[in-house]
Amino acid sequence: MRMLPRLLPGLLCLCLLIGLPLAAQAQDDPGQALLESIAADSYAEKGEAIEAIIASGDERSRRWLEALLDGKLQRHKDGGGFVIVLENRGRNWPVVDALSLEGAGEMSRRDLDRIGINNALRGQLQSALAVLDLYKDDAGDRREAARELLGSVDAAMVEPLRDLVAGEDDAEVRRLLEQALAIHRLDEGEIAAITELEGSLNGRVRAALSSAARSDDPDLADAAMAALADIEQKMKLNRGLETLYFGLSLGSVLVLAAIGLAITFGVMGVINMAHGELIMLGAYTTWAMQQLLPGQPGLALVVSIPAGFLVAALAGIAIERGVIQFLKGRPLETLLATFGVSLILQQLVRTVISPQNRSVVSPDWMSGSLMINEGLSLTLNRLFVLGFALVVFACLMLVMRRTRLGLEVRAVTQNRAMARCMGIRATRVDILTFALGSGVAGLAGVALSQLTNVGPNLGQNYIIDSFMVVVFGGVGNLWGTLVAGLSLGVINQVLEPWAGAVLAKIIVLVFIILFIQKRPRGLFPQKGRAAEG
Amino acid sequence: MWLLQPFNERATRRFLGVLLACLALVTVFHLAVPAGHPLHVSAYTVTLLGKYLSYALLAVAVDLVWGYLGILSLGHGAFFALGGYAMGMYLMRQIGDRGTYGDPVLPDFMVFLNWDSLPWYWLGFDIPGFAFLMVMLVPGALALVFGFLAFRSRVTGVYLSIITQAMTFALMLAFFRNEMGFGGNNGLTDFRELLGFDLRTDATRLGLFVATGLALALGYVLCRAIVASKLGRVSVACRDAEARTRFLGYRVERFQLFVFVVSAMLAGVAGALYVPQVGIINPSEFSPIFSIEIVLWVALGGRGTLYGAVIGALLVNYAKTVFTGAMPDAWLFALGGMFVLVTVFLPRGVAGLLSYRLGRKPARQDDSSTSQEAMP
Repeated sequence: MRMLPRLLPGLLCLCLLIGLPLAAQAQDDPGQALLESIAADSYAEKGEAIEAIIASGDERSRRWLEALLDGKLQRHKDGGGFVIVLENRGRNWPVVDALSLEGAGEMSRRDLDRIGINNALRGQLQSALAVLDLYKDDAGDRREAARELLGSVDAAMVEPLRDLVAGEDDAEVRRLLEQALAIHRLDEGEIAAITELEGSLNGRVRAALSSAARSDDPDLADAAMAALADIEQKMKLNRGLETLYFGLSLGSVLVLAAIGLAITFGVMGVINMAHGELIMLGAYTTWAMQQLLPGQPGLALVVSIPAGFLVAALAGIAIERGVIQFLKGRPLETLLATFGVSLILQQLVRTVISPQNRSVVSPDWMSGSLMINEGLSLTLNRLFVLGFALVVFACLMLVMRRTRLGLEVRAVTQNRAMARCMGIRATRVDILTFALGSGVAGLAGVALSQLTNVGPNLGQNYIIDSFMVVVFGGVGNLWGTLVAGLSLGVINQVLEPWAGAVLAKIIVLVFIILFIQKRPRGLFPQKGRAAEG
Repeated sequence: MWLLQPFNERATRRFLGVLLACLALVTVFHLAVPAGHPLHVSAYTVTLLGKYLSYALLAVAVDLVWGYLGILSLGHGAFFALGGYAMGMYLMRQIGDRGTYGDPVLPDFMVFLNWDSLPWYWLGFDIPGFAFLMVMLVPGALALVFGFLAFRSRVTGVYLSIITQAMTFALMLAFFRNEMGFGGNNGLTDFRELLGFDLRTDATRLGLFVATGLALALGYVLCRAIVASKLGRVSVACRDAEARTRFLGYRVERFQLFVFVVSAMLAGVAGALYVPQVGIINPSEFSPIFSIEIVLWVALGGRGTLYGAVIGALLVNYAKTVFTGAMPDAWLFALGGMFVLVTVFLPRGVAGLLSYRLGRKPARQDDSSTSQEAMP
């Protein structure tokens, strides 16, 4: 028995340890207290409890309040836990526990007490639900909620919103809430509210302003008109920027597709009609990587960049060794032979993989868009491709200007015989240059797989455009290719709204054809010895 | 008469003899030999052969510019298709009120698009003479404008090839549009009669076949005459050494322009003969791949010989018929393989092979020329 006093604390501890989690779940959850208070008898107390729930910022509060509004928040008859009824038909109702939100089987309706509300509470709940998300901790969520409120503020919400604006520390949320309040005041006919709405590009603000512009009060209508005209001006600017962005995006695709060609055609003088199919191979490599790494599109895409380069480069080497080396100095024959290669590659893909298009998934970090303002958002995948094109271009520039290979390539291009006399292995340079150009085509394919469908005809769609870009920019000039690609993309997009996509393309083609007549050597012709070749 | 000059050449006489003999044989086997006999040539085959012959004429046109002028046109399909469309427009107007919608003037597709009157460029195509003139004038005019601009700025070699390809690509996109008024995607089809002859009767088909054969003979003689004339010799000089010819005082661009326009017109005629036999013309004839295929016919047959172009066109198209019937998937492999093999191993084509076999010294051809075609 002497042992007992010494064991007792230990036993007690043991009991506590076992009991604690259970107790904690029931009592330490602040939600329990909140729900207790809402089950109060008087409606006034319930009203306060609703306020408290909103102010708590609890993640489950939306669920609770919605259930309360629908009369589905109920309590065990024995005064125990709260449940949310999922389906209140029949004798036994499926329920979830209000605290854990986990399924709690079925309960008889007789064991449950509904927590009643009256009309006043119903109104309060409705506006409370509208502003509920404004209490979330994440500023992004609050902005989203505030944006939703634009145009749907009613008289009952004005007071709580004013309080919220005062307590809000995120400037963007505050601005949006003030706009929401201003729209309400505008609807009430207050002219001063217009000053707060000026310059906003939000569709709902514009809707509120245009309805105010039609109002009977001439002063209000005039003020709203003026604000609208101002907004329209801004929208025009935004649309211009958007067109520019789409143009640059299209241009970056053209640059990517053409830059490899600028090396094989422009620097080496080899017409490679299979260039489009090398792009296609790059795109299919991305698809294959995604098949190999299921569920990890991001990783697959990153791996595809070197893989696509390698696959296309190897294919390029095969084409160079197998066909082009026998046709040195006969550009027209090279054109025909590589066209044959392109047909074979296309049919190979059709036979081996499928004639159908394959879809390549975009990783999460590439989907979605970057919102500049409410009138202008930039899709991320296009932004990535634009950046990628510039990086590839910069790398190529570095290779051509700063490395031994670039030096040798330029030497062989300018004077093959002299270069060989100086000990440069011209054949090896040919192979490496062609591999480089082809590899870049593969990179273009990897990027394109994020924008369009991957199919056997992918390359065909780009080959003519690519040649146009190279020729327009000036053969043998990488800068020319960059400028030509981007400007052709922008021209195309600028023409598109009033000419339509197909006609815009035709106009661009005709423009290039005419341009070549005027300046046969492109925008940036080569000067000096290189031009004589 | 410079046009009669070619009849003094043995090669031309031989070619014409073989061609006319074939025409006669096919006609006899079609008409005189009863159906079911192994030697009988069915109406289907006659039409197929007629189609090949129109392709052969097209190949001759391409060979004229590529073989004798050194201009690799990747846009001759456009001239062919324009000639075809001109013919198709005439045939559409001939349908009259027998179309599905029964409109006496408007073709079916215009009724379908709710157009209420003919566009101005469709006017006059109900008159056969005007339509047949347009078959030559429209491609000729395009070639004239295009060639004038290109040759004046000395766009040659690969550049010219690429922009001719862009030209036919742009035209294809344009003709695909419904708003152009050429039937869009579906093109022109459902033809009934040509000059009052029902297109679906065997007699008309045979007539078209013979007409195509004669057109080919005429086109061949014309090209031969051009090539053998002084003008043709200057063309060859332009091909082999453009700069030197220019320094000798010849206006190179004028010779190039003339031959290019003649070739485009020939291609237009080929297209016009092709359309009534095939029964449809649609924008796919403008597709760049078709134009490149034509070049392959010429390359396979042997460039710069004219008769080689005819052989190449017949061979490749016969192979195409056989392959697409038996193994549709293999056709593109075969076509691609031909491109590679012919350019790498058979630069003189079948014609070169023939003259080698016959123990003759191969005629001086294009190898020297292509090596001099300066790559910018």
